[in-house]
Amino acid sequence: MALHFEILGRFNRARAAQLTLPHFVCQTPLFMPVGTQGTIKGLTNNELERIGCQIILGNTYHLALRPTSELLEEAGGLHNFMNWPRAMLTDSGGFQMVSLLHLADITEEGVTFQSPVDGKPMLLTPEESIQIQNRIGADIIMALDDVVRTTITGPRIEEAMYRTLRWIDRCIAAHKRPHDQNLFGIVQGGLDPELRDICVKGLVERNLPGYAIGGLAGGEDKDSFWRVVAQCTAALPEDKPRYVMGVGYPLDIVVCSALGADMYDCVYPTRTARFGTALVPEGVLKLKHRAMADDTRPIDPTCPCMVCKNYTRAYIHCLVTKDAMGSQLLSYHNLYYMMRLSRNLHSSIVEGRFPEFVRDFLRTMFPKGDVPEWVCNAMEVAGIDISSCCAPFPPCQENDSSNELEQLNKVKIEI
Amino acid sequence: MKFAVKKALSSSGARVGVLEVGICPAPIETPALLLATRKGLPHFISPDLLPSLPSPDSNLLQVSPMHFLEGLSTTTISKLGGLHQMLGLQQHGIAAVPRDSIQCLPESKAATKLGASFETPCGRLLIKPKDYVEMISCMKPNIWASLADEVPAWVSEKRNKTSVDRTLRWLDDCISLYPEAGSIFGAIVGGTNLEERKRCAEEVAKRNVSGYWIGGFGLGEGIDERPALLRAVMDILPDEKPRLTCGLGLPEEILQGIAAGIDLFDSTYIYSLTVGGFALTFSLDNSGEQHSLQSDQIGSDLTKINLRATAYRKDMSPILENCTCYTCKNHTKAYINHLLNVHEMLAQTLLEIHNTHHFLRFFHVIRTAIQDGSFEEFRQAFLESRREHFKGEAIST
Repeated sequence: MALHFEILGRFNRARAAQLTLPHFVCQTPLFMPVGTQGTIKGLTNNELERIGCQIILGNTYHLALRPTSELLEEAGGLHNFMNWPRAMLTDSGGFQMVSLLHLADITEEGVTFQSPVDGKPMLLTPEESIQIQNRIGADIIMALDDVVRTTITGPRIEEAMYRTLRWIDRCIAAHKRPHDQNLFGIVQGGLDPELRDICVKGLVERNLPGYAIGGLAGGEDKDSFWRVVAQCTAALPEDKPRYVMGVGYPLDIVVCSALGADMYDCVYPTRTARFGTALVPEGVLKLKHRAMADDTRPIDPTCPCMVCKNYTRAYIHCLVTKDAMGSQLLSYHNLYYMMRLSRNLHSSIVEGRFPEFVRDFLRTMFPKGDVPEWVCNAMEVAGIDISSCCAPFPPCQENDSSNELEQLNKVKIEI
Repeated sequence: MKFAVKKALSSSGARVGVLEVGICPAPIETPALLLATRKGLPHFISPDLLPSLPSPDSNLLQVSPMHFLEGLSTTTISKLGGLHQMLGLQQHGIAAVPRDSIQCLPESKAATKLGASFETPCGRLLIKPKDYVEMISCMKPNIWASLADEVPAWVSEKRNKTSVDRTLRWLDDCISLYPEAGSIFGAIVGGTNLEERKRCAEEVAKRNVSGYWIGGFGLGEGIDERPALLRAVMDILPDEKPRLTCGLGLPEEILQGIAAGIDLFDSTYIYSLTVGGFALTFSLDNSGEQHSLQSDQIGSDLTKINLRATAYRKDMSPILENCTCYTCKNHTKAYINHLLNVHEMLAQTLLEIHNTHHFLRFFHVIRTAIQDGSFEEFRQAFLESRREHFKGEAIST
């Protein structure tokens, strides 16, 4: 075990902690930006530090292709290669099983990919994944799991869950650097509570430094999503970090934190920036819209970042989707927003005002009181009273995930 | 804007000057480079990284008003208080010049007596003096060039003469439409015709302008045709006003311009190098000598290196050992090689930082040479040692 996890504050299931890793001491809850190929698109290291990024994610599959793990090892690890002084986490390559499925073939041995770079077959076994991650040298490494989309039903899900348990033992056996790299196990089992339960118990038996909740954030309905997170956080050990993979939207992060999760990652903030969308407390702001061309306000008047302090919506509007600088400035703001959210989650829990923070957050995002039903249900389980955020008549609307996205997009800023 | 010549060499037209513009923290020494921009900001260097460049050398920007024609109205720019406010660059000096030599190019075939024409990403635009002055008055740059009818070197004598007539007329229009403007630089054209160049220079010199923008270069004339044309113009222009030119981007061309008496340059060189994956490595030795460094660099011509080359895959050293730019202090050639390979934007950011830094240092070394009186020797050494390399190559292969 190469980490230290100390809880500094709680509210019911939510916790704020200090996570000490070999390269950096972090505060949770925290969001990790994704730097798939050894860079967060368009931002320099000193910008990332200034924004407050604590851990960044690198992707084993992509890095193994280019520049290869052998080269990274020769360079002294990805930290050295990128010159990133803080913490790093590498994914196992498992997600590509889902995202690049038409190129993959999954067996008990491992996953055979057809390389998108040169068409050659590439076999990723648990042993190979861990070996690559050992060479890359991140503070946290992820076990290779058998991932299936939550939108799939049937025996494949059970097969994947049991295989994940078999593979974790192979990962543990292959791990050559437990003294400075933390191997996290990943809970699978689709949306089936029984399967999830078996998986949690199996992983906890192996006494790993930390646990991730995987297989979510793939299009399942929000009601199922939060229930799986709630079930897992209730069953996972208190004194170890919990990482919900692929999450995501600020609302989802607040809910999961209320339910007891600590770490998150997603391409959303940077990807949506490249499409001209800014993250704001009210939801999102689409800077491509014609209306933005005359709007002389900053993206978010409450945001102290370099972009909001110096630029207006009108100027960013003329840049987005046309010039690289537009992506850079928006990515900067969006990541700042996520770091600010992380800091606020941490400090509000530590300072004993977490419920107020959640209520404020929901009121700002849903000024008409139309908080989605899944959020209401989740907050009830989390023990946070949000009745003052919800409109009395009509009752909270039932929304599935696609409606909720629509809702997020429809939220206009009318100040 | 204030400009004063500090030292002029008798052996050539080269001079060192001092430019005070806007609320720049310190006066800027000339000859100086104006950084190329896209909609007011560098192409890849985000504004919070600008302070890492040499200052105040890096405080001069060239902005083309045409860039804002898509997506941003002049009313909005005006409401924001002008370019400095809109770009968050209050301490920078901004020179507005329509032609940016990258994406906003003069289209002489479509120009009419009413206005100049430009090919831009939003199509071909006809810009009339009235429209141009309106843009300028909303943008409030520190310096602006009057509207010019630039023509390439191969047009007929008649077309060339027309371009001078129109440019002069539009200069008068600009002056009368916006007399109290930030400093106007009178545009001088005339193509490759010595007489037309002289005529234009004489006429512009009669007008009440703060400086001169010498256009029509980098449009098909031979590099050897330029010295005579430049000299003809410079001989007529008063010494005490600054001269800005467009289209002279390569180190050799910069030296040529400086020798003739140009004070300010824009250049597309940095942009072209950056998008091509190149990093400048030429020697900044005071003598101008180019042999000393890195003659064994793979894929190098002593000027620059191509970071896409597989030779750099494992090169864990910075682009240049003693370069103090952000890129060289923090990253290696191997990392940039990887970024280029995987098509990551950060590669261009890091390269633009290094290339800008290096080119600004080049200008600094030139200014030192002028101050020391050794500019001509510097220039000779620079040009000859760069050619030597190619001579050597031709013989060996």
